[in-house]
Amino acid sequence: MAVAAEAPLRDERLGSPRLLDRLVVRPEIGALLGALLVFVFFSVVTERFLSPGGVATWLDDASTLGIMAVAVALLMIGGEFDLSAGVMTASTALVTAILSTRLGWNVWLALLASLAFALAVGALNGWLVMRTGLPSFIVTLGTFLALQGLNLGVTRLVTGTVQVSGMRSAEGYESAGFLFASTFDLGGTAFYVSIVWWLLVTAVAALVLVRTRFGNWIFAVGGASQASRAVGVPVLRTKVLLFMTTAGAAWLVGSINILRFTSVQANQGIGLEFQFIIAAVIGGCLLTGGFGSAVGAAIGALIFGMARQGIVYANWNSDWFQLFLGVMLLAAVLVNNALRRRAERVRR
Amino acid sequence: MTPLIEVRDIGKTYGSVIALRDVSTVVNAGEVTCVLGDNGAGKSTLIKVLAGVHQHDRGKFLVEGEEITFSSPREALDRGIATVYQDLAVVPLMSVWRNFFLGSEPTVGFGPFKFLDRKKGRAITKSALAEMGIDLRDVEQPVGTLSGGERQCVAIARAVHFGAKVLILDEPTAALGVKQAGVVLKYVAQARDRGLGVVLITHNPHHAYPVGDRFLLLKRGRPLGCYEKPEITLEELTRQMAGGAELEALAHELRGVAG
Repeated sequence: MAVAAEAPLRDERLGSPRLLDRLVVRPEIGALLGALLVFVFFSVVTERFLSPGGVATWLDDASTLGIMAVAVALLMIGGEFDLSAGVMTASTALVTAILSTRLGWNVWLALLASLAFALAVGALNGWLVMRTGLPSFIVTLGTFLALQGLNLGVTRLVTGTVQVSGMRSAEGYESAGFLFASTFDLGGTAFYVSIVWWLLVTAVAALVLVRTRFGNWIFAVGGASQASRAVGVPVLRTKVLLFMTTAGAAWLVGSINILRFTSVQANQGIGLEFQFIIAAVIGGCLLTGGFGSAVGAAIGALIFGMARQGIVYANWNSDWFQLFLGVMLLAAVLVNNALRRRAERVRR
Repeated sequence: MTPLIEVRDIGKTYGSVIALRDVSTVVNAGEVTCVLGDNGAGKSTLIKVLAGVHQHDRGKFLVEGEEITFSSPREALDRGIATVYQDLAVVPLMSVWRNFFLGSEPTVGFGPFKFLDRKKGRAITKSALAEMGIDLRDVEQPVGTLSGGERQCVAIARAVHFGAKVLILDEPTAALGVKQAGVVLKYVAQARDRGLGVVLITHNPHHAYPVGDRFLLLKRGRPLGCYEKPEITLEELTRQMAGGAELEALAHELRGVAG
């Protein structure tokens, strides 16, 4: 077909869109403003917040949360929830730890095994949700409880306690630790490598989401899965892959944790799933799916990290963090709601 | 000429419910086959079989002379049968061009580094819509910003662009105003003139009659009749649709009440 590449992409009837209009339909804009606000606030109120050590601390706090928030954001844009994501970070760490400390496996081999375990559980989540047509909220609540039970039960069975430790002496710990839990020096301050993972995951997710076919399908299955199916989008495959991505991200975070702290509690990770969802929502994801941003979720996690550490630096009681979180979440949901209405009217 | 689609005595049961039985009709290239019937007449079941969403369990379903049973909408699409559903033709929060290419996105690059060709996508969308006579200001706007009629038109243009031979339209005019419905019917006629076979499902004979070449009337899962256009007038079509004698009796009754 003779489609001229130089065909005018701009219609003459369109004025140049106003900057405000262009900004306001981007899902991450609310989060960005919030992050700026929190940043300025704690920079003024506390001294340590802006010090290199301070920055390294809140970036680190945001990093593992951010990795998960980005994966959960993709899943939410695809129209599903994963409540088992928090506990999964502990499950993968436990599998790695038990295999390498109790069975003497090489750490790398143990990491591979726990990755396989995570992907299998993710696929099971997705398959169950798609096969039964039940809300993912309830299905993954089931896997959440099951994993929680397994974590405690198996750990107690194997070790007699509720924690696994002693990673340091396992074979391959040095090299694996370098990849997942080392620090790098930037201007005299040590930053954890998890920050790099966070940036990497965010960049890849953002690229996939807006620049690839799969990303297009994520928006489509979350926005209108029946319509997507009718035009030939593989809805089941897309959603199962999203659940597997979330589980894979949980494996990454679990690996970072176990290699850094060298021990893991069997009851870790419980309650984190809501933090992931909150960060994704603050980042502009709709609870109903079909709209959101990976970069936004990463910024949502950044707000989390800055506020959590900022409150410590300001010498406030950490109880206030929950209040802050609640207000932030409500504000984000209200802003998202208003933005979505605009997004349906205003062009991007 | 072999019909694009032919069904012979086709039937479908859901458990003990007989949703469709003994329905026969043809869809030819460059012609519009209208399927008319009230709610629950079996129209949806019929198109779901044609579109590959459900499988028939009786009779024969022939595509270009070849007997076939689709196992998924994708298979039907690959054989050139595209379906535009009334309320779920598009994803409202996605832009027009992303909707247009959904499921068949253009990419550049190779291997795992295949990215959407956004420039090409926008340009083709704009020109394909223009060819159908749809003049959109901006293909980046979310489809949710379009009117109901425009959404149907985008979906129709998409099917035409991607080489559909048969276009199945499920109640395309049902939720639309008079003017909007007229616009959609114009695009139906345009698709027909481009040589597509069109299956138009509707419960409005006034929409079906001007564009239709053949009228299949369904009632309670059974065919009430299948007429070529010269065999039937709009009045007769309307009368049969409404239940014919039953309606006359009702009118008589109502007159009695009024009097």
